[in-house]
Amino acid sequence: MARDVAQPAVASGFHWRAVLTWMQQKLGDWPLFVLFAGPNLVLLALFTYWPLLYNAYLSLTSWDLIAPVKPFVGLANYRQLALSAEFHTVLLNTAVFALGTVGGTTILGLALALLLNLRLRGRTLARAILFAPVLLSGAAISVFWINMLDPRYGLVSLPLRWLGLPAPDWLNSPHWAMVAVILVYIWQNTGFSMVLYLAGLQNIPNELYEAARIDGAGAVASFRHVTLPQLGPTTLFVLVVSVINSFQAFDLIKVLTDGGPVNATTTLLFYIYQQGFVAFNAGRAAAASIVLFVLLLGLSLLQLRLGERRVHYGS
Amino acid sequence: MAAKVWHVLRQLPWYGLMLVAVFAIGLPLFWVATGSLKTTREIYTFPPVWLPQHPRWDNFSAAWHAAPFGRFYLNSIIVTLADTAAKLFFALTTAYALVFLNIRGRNLVFLFVLAALFVPVQVTLLPNYLTVGRLGWINTYFGLIVPMMPVAFGTFLFRQHFRTLSREVLDAAVIDGCGHWRLLWDVVLPMSRPVAVTVGLLALVGRWNDFLWPLVVTNTVEMRTLPVGITYLYQVEGVQNWGPIFAGALFVMVPVLLLYIVAQRWIVSGITSGAVKG
Repeated sequence: MARDVAQPAVASGFHWRAVLTWMQQKLGDWPLFVLFAGPNLVLLALFTYWPLLYNAYLSLTSWDLIAPVKPFVGLANYRQLALSAEFHTVLLNTAVFALGTVGGTTILGLALALLLNLRLRGRTLARAILFAPVLLSGAAISVFWINMLDPRYGLVSLPLRWLGLPAPDWLNSPHWAMVAVILVYIWQNTGFSMVLYLAGLQNIPNELYEAARIDGAGAVASFRHVTLPQLGPTTLFVLVVSVINSFQAFDLIKVLTDGGPVNATTTLLFYIYQQGFVAFNAGRAAAASIVLFVLLLGLSLLQLRLGERRVHYGS
Repeated sequence: MAAKVWHVLRQLPWYGLMLVAVFAIGLPLFWVATGSLKTTREIYTFPPVWLPQHPRWDNFSAAWHAAPFGRFYLNSIIVTLADTAAKLFFALTTAYALVFLNIRGRNLVFLFVLAALFVPVQVTLLPNYLTVGRLGWINTYFGLIVPMMPVAFGTFLFRQHFRTLSREVLDAAVIDGCGHWRLLWDVVLPMSRPVAVTVGLLALVGRWNDFLWPLVVTNTVEMRTLPVGITYLYQVEGVQNWGPIFAGALFVMVPVLLLYIVAQRWIVSGITSGAVKG
């Protein structure tokens, strides 16, 4: 800690101003640039780029997070992942979770956006309420959804009980746990897709509808031939963003099911957490992190291209 | 008149659907809000009790005492405010340097910032934990705050905006003898309020709700933030005592909901513009 070492006071007769002018002439804006951008760039290097490299290195070792040495094992971690039935389940879970949540939030989001784009009284309030869960802590909503999913007294099971049917023990059943987590995710995130679709709907030029009307198109025809095709770029964008978000889901899974029962809801990110912080298998966690990174990188690049297209479309 | 009645009638199904949607999304929130005032007996009955007979405000103090919610609040507020302030500051200064300072290779630097958007925090989880461990920051505010400070997306937003600012205004300010530091705070920032609000709100909501990083980087109850704290309360109270657990969930959610009521328009556009981020 050399932090408090006193700096020598400015020596008398030392011409600071002259030095500054000289530096300005010699170095231009560089010192200022380092002062302004430097801290953020250093932090990005340390906490964003270095971890990526370190992950790549760790994925080639076998390490329990404690031992002083990290034996180099080459691609063994990747080979184990590729061969392990557990990891296949994890990938399948990730795909099922993505499919269920993205399908649900996109279809419902589109339907709600179409509905709340109509001139209905109170639609502003309705939109506000539908978007609210997006902002809430996933941990907090999971805790009260545990109660909602209670097989005997939970609200979700209520319709079944009214009909006299037995409700499944949602969160403790290997068959229903994934369904339950997807349900809660859809409840939380539909408002997000809805808002993206509402923006897309407002970008459709009115002239197109007028032209359709002049051509004798009714409400249904103008929906089919104007609204739907015009929403194409928005839909692609919503889909890609939603898949990316679903790959990053953690809170709900951790609190609702803790990945269980028997890995039934362990997705890729949850597997990384488990391997790294529960099983202390750094090599495998790092290898799985690289897999997740490659998947997300591909999706992000796709999203970037779509985003550009969408922006050009709008302007 | 008849036409008007016909118009309203035709719209009835749409109103019905709107009600169903609001009901489906709103019911769980209604359930947790009313549940926080119910007795355990009222929560564990069939058919369900929709409104508590005698509101049980004790649930809130029970939750507050069952887990150190005072500490959770303090930790969450410190971490959220520190990270939001840091992200705003760094995004502003970095974007300013990238747009208004004349150095060679600044496009390369911008690329360095931009590419960081493709590295999600989830992928950096384990290595950052190890780095924080080596720095001796496990279970400290430094560990909670510093690794989340670097800002790529906010820098990107500010840069896009700065490039649209009128050069004349800025040049006039320079002629008036403004240094870059004053130019940034007195001229450029006031012209960039909407972007600042977007960047700030994204950071605020994101950090307040963050669960994964505080979960791994802290290991004592006293250092937990609210989202991790509510799961602790759930473990302590078990599945028997739902009233206080509902109350605890409200402790976590109400601050964000209040912010939402005050700044709804800003939050919706801010969060959705965050969709551009990977």
